[in-house]
Amino acid sequence: MIPAQFDYVEATSVADAIRLLAEHGDEAKLLAGGHSLIPLMKLRLVTPATLIDVTHIKELSYIKEDGNNIVIGALTRHRDVELSELVKKHLPLVAHVAGEVGDPQVRNRGTIGGSLVHGDPAADLPAAALATGATMVVVGQNGERRIAAQDFFIDFLETAVQPGEILTAIEFPKHTNAGWAYEKFVRRAMDYAIVGVALQLGSQPGVALVNMSNKPHLAESASQAIAKGAAISDVLAVINNNTNPPEDLNATVEYRQHLARVLTQRAFATASK
Amino acid sequence: MSLVGARVLRKEDPNLITGNGQYVDDLQPAGCTSMVFVRSTEAHAKIRSIDTAEALALPGVLAVWTSANIAQLANCPGGLPGLDQPLLAKDVVRFVGEGVAVVVATDRYIAADAAELIVVDYEPLPAVASLSAAMAPGAVVLHEVLGGNTVHFQDFENPLDEVFAAAPRTASLHIVNNRCAPTPIEPNVCLADWGRSGLTLWAAFQAPHHLRNTIAQYFGIPQDSTRVVAPDVGGGFGAKINFVPEFFLTALLSKEIGKPVKYTQTRSECLVAMLHGRAQEHDASVAFDNDGRILALKLTVTQDQGAYPNGTGMGLPVLTTAMAAGCYRIPAVAISWRNVVTNTTPVAAYRGAGRPEASYTIERLIDLIADETGVDPVEVRRRNFIPVDAFPYATHSPLAMYDSGNFAGALDELLKHVNYEELKKEQEKRRQDPAAKLLGIGFASWLEIAGFGPPGSLEAFGHLASWESAQVRIQPDGSAIIFTGASPHGQGTVTTYAQIAADELGIDFDRISVKHGDTAVVPQGIGTMGSRAVAVGGEGVKTASGRVYENAKRIAAHLLEASAEDIVIEDEKFFVKGTPARSVPWSEVAWKSFQPLELPGGMEPGALDSTVFQQVPNFSFPSGAYCCVVEIDRETGAVNIVNMYLVDDCGTVINPLLVEGQVHGGVAQGIAQALYEHMLYDPSGVPRTSTLMDYLVPAASDLPGYITGRINTPNPSNTLGAKGVGESGSVGAPPAVVNAVVDALSHLGVKHIDMPVTPIKVWNILEGAK
Ligand SMILES: Cc1cc2nc3c(=O)[nH]c(=O)nc-3n(C[C@H](O)[C@H](O)[C@H](O)COP(=O)(O)OP(=O)(O)OC[C@H]3O[C@@H](n4cnc5c(N)ncnc54)[C@H](O)[C@@H]3O)c2cc1C
Repeated sequence: MIPAQFDYVEATSVADAIRLLAEHGDEAKLLAGGHSLIPLMKLRLVTPATLIDVTHIKELSYIKEDGNNIVIGALTRHRDVELSELVKKHLPLVAHVAGEVGDPQVRNRGTIGGSLVHGDPAADLPAAALATGATMVVVGQNGERRIAAQDFFIDFLETAVQPGEILTAIEFPKHTNAGWAYEKFVRRAMDYAIVGVALQLGSQPGVALVNMSNKPHLAESASQAIAKGAAISDVLAVINNNTNPPEDLNATVEYRQHLARVLTQRAFATASK
Repeated sequence: MSLVGARVLRKEDPNLITGNGQYVDDLQPAGCTSMVFVRSTEAHAKIRSIDTAEALALPGVLAVWTSANIAQLANCPGGLPGLDQPLLAKDVVRFVGEGVAVVVATDRYIAADAAELIVVDYEPLPAVASLSAAMAPGAVVLHEVLGGNTVHFQDFENPLDEVFAAAPRTASLHIVNNRCAPTPIEPNVCLADWGRSGLTLWAAFQAPHHLRNTIAQYFGIPQDSTRVVAPDVGGGFGAKINFVPEFFLTALLSKEIGKPVKYTQTRSECLVAMLHGRAQEHDASVAFDNDGRILALKLTVTQDQGAYPNGTGMGLPVLTTAMAAGCYRIPAVAISWRNVVTNTTPVAAYRGAGRPEASYTIERLIDLIADETGVDPVEVRRRNFIPVDAFPYATHSPLAMYDSGNFAGALDELLKHVNYEELKKEQEKRRQDPAAKLLGIGFASWLEIAGFGPPGSLEAFGHLASWESAQVRIQPDGSAIIFTGASPHGQGTVTTYAQIAADELGIDFDRISVKHGDTAVVPQGIGTMGSRAVAVGGEGVKTASGRVYENAKRIAAHLLEASAEDIVIEDEKFFVKGTPARSVPWSEVAWKSFQPLELPGGMEPGALDSTVFQQVPNFSFPSGAYCCVVEIDRETGAVNIVNMYLVDDCGTVINPLLVEGQVHGGVAQGIAQALYEHMLYDPSGVPRTSTLMDYLVPAASDLPGYITGRINTPNPSNTLGAKGVGESGSVGAPPAVVNAVVDALSHLGVKHIDMPVTPIKVWNILEGAK
């Protein structure tokens, strides 16, 4: 609960952040909303020598329409995503999921970029990014890289963002007027999901699972089945393919897989309403 | 207009809700330093060595202590001789979280850094982290002097074998009452300043005089220069009446380094170092006839004491077994209990302390009898209630002499709110519809023992006495200050006492303040625990106010040249009954009470100042009837509370708003125990729920709305008629919730589910029934 000593610097722009990352090296961490990083620091599970505060980079906090995409700046707070009319219209799944993160305090601090880069398999927004087929825009000293969501999440708390890089934006293809649902199973309203299912229907469907693997999990076989117009029972039959759910006080592997099926079925019922 | 019974807003709130409360951690005296613990990461181990060199070398570090630095000192007070916890572990650690070393530094960050540099070399020993492990043959022994892990065993006086053998029916349950961590919002915090004028200890505590007495005794210093202050305290729930090593260590270290030393527990520490509650297992049997009439009850309580038993913890099974029969007339009751040590955090009082365990088991048994006989659970309760005309009612226990109650009345009142017959039909309908959620209806007619207590009762727990002090002092301007030894920490006592005093004194509520929590300000005191603040302390306020008022009347009569018997008061004006035109205001009476020339013959200045050590002849017995309605998701096993109906009988209500607040909070903690909270250890004694991510304290959004009702059977042991209500909710809610869950699943043959009722537990049951 008492973090180790660290230095603090403020980045004023993306270029400045990249310069500071290069200057401070491996021991530095970007600080966005701090709602994943600071708890780890307080438990001394993470002890960065320097925090580079990027929250003052105004240019990274926005939501805009760009042709067939909605682009969200990495530092946009969950609460702004939740309430955005643009997101609600074209990406209702993403707006809804943003509103399911933690509690209002958390949503007013946490950023979409921070949630994605943290790469927690139990987090909500990574599943929304996977189900909607988002693309991450990452900038480093060698310029910009664009990474599809399904290639972005590598392992437990590990993403494709390399040391020295910063996630600047997330491009979501529009899913206007398409069915969607998010089913989050929790014991307390403010908790991380025991299991979650993000379902996007429409022309580019996808289904992603929360807390069912060592990383945010795109249910590929199920997504393909949905794309082919398979019956729900066929989707359910493959929903747990390639999952690797954790066991903890709340759930066994068997129970999680059962929940994944139940929640997927419910997601279909909700999405088609 | 009488203020007793009025919905008055709390005097405490303006400060607390605008962030102007003053908690110990807010205090920052000049030169204040910070103490941080190194706590054991092992459940049971020998300490081979502790290397403090690097920590001591860190700039800003003022002291690093291990048990070697305090070898001559006695162990932490409150424990059992020979089994008590050292201030810092000596040679052996016995639970994860036990203090091994402390660091004092100029600030908390340096102290934490230094603590991390201390290297403790442990030689792990086998650990016993559950009652069954501790009692298994050949189990490792925690305290050699005991020769085993049983601290104390009280056998049945008569195991009632013949009654059970002859009974038409019998049933038994093994019940686990889950270990809970009290988790007040403010953890343990203290600040010691031991200077030339003596020792001052600010502590988040429920009983400052108790701590003052103990700490002075411990150090052999006079009480005139030992001061304990409990300023605003952010909840205690019983966990803040225990003596913990930090009080003594901060004091000693302050003396050593000549500066104030503060200790602020972290949330993670709080979960393992603040004493836990409940942690009992029950073996319960009932004998009954085919109509559901109980013939006999037999209960063995096995209490997990954690690693170091203490006086309060040892008292828990005594209270549980005393209240074993609940509100029922049971012809034969046999009780037995056993206290066992394990390699876990020590156990002591937690909201309800022994009584929630009792009501849970008897109320589970009542439903079991209903299930076995086919008699409706409500009817089983009615058939066995102690009738209203049977009081005073002597139970199997000399502790529990029930003085009043109306159990059928509370249940009647409850059923006015609950549409029971409709709910039963709905339940049946849903059972037939596989797509519908299952419905369960659970009742609890609960009874507890509170208002601690008659002379001798708290003494048994190491307190000075069982009275509560109240001083009522009129200021020269006619405002009043009440000093109370009850040390409220969230209850709203400042408001209720002002209400009581306003009625007795005829002084405006806004001109009455209540002071508490400082041994240099309040003459003497016992503290707030065992739902005693109003039943004992409030009665004291009434008594002292009454005495002051009598003297005030005499002064007024003297000034009005009338007789005191004829004096009445209205709007802070004294006058002769029937002639309000000629009056003397309270302010004048107060002013003149200090002027010898103005006083009636024989009266001394200072007559409007009265101190009372209020005694009560008996405990109080709050009771009530609760009903919980749950829905169960057949696919996920999730339990959702649809409705919670609560009828309390706490006797006279001083302030309905505060009674509701206490009931809501207690019920929240009861629901928490029933559905969410469980302090769990793995077999090696490592806590599995050591953060609030795993130890699930529910928030407002997880709790239902409550429908509250009330009946009033006045407490005959005080003139207020109030019984206390602080713990009621935590006594009544767990059985209501679990009875509802079991009811929802009863068609599957389910007889019992241990708390907390988690989704996975229910899902496993539903799967098993397929
Ligand atoms: C009480 C509580 C409850 C919560 N409940 C939930 C929940 O129910 N569901 C859920 O999904 N989450 C939950 N969270 C986590 C929350 O959503 C976090 O806000 C989010 O995961 C991280 O976002 P952040 O902006 O706070 O990132 P930070 O904590 O600041 O950073 C997280 C990590 O990402 C890195 N980082 C941040 N921004 C960038 C960037 N632009 N480029 C590169 N690296 C970056 C940081 O260096 C760090 O390693 C909860 C958190 C708390 C404290």
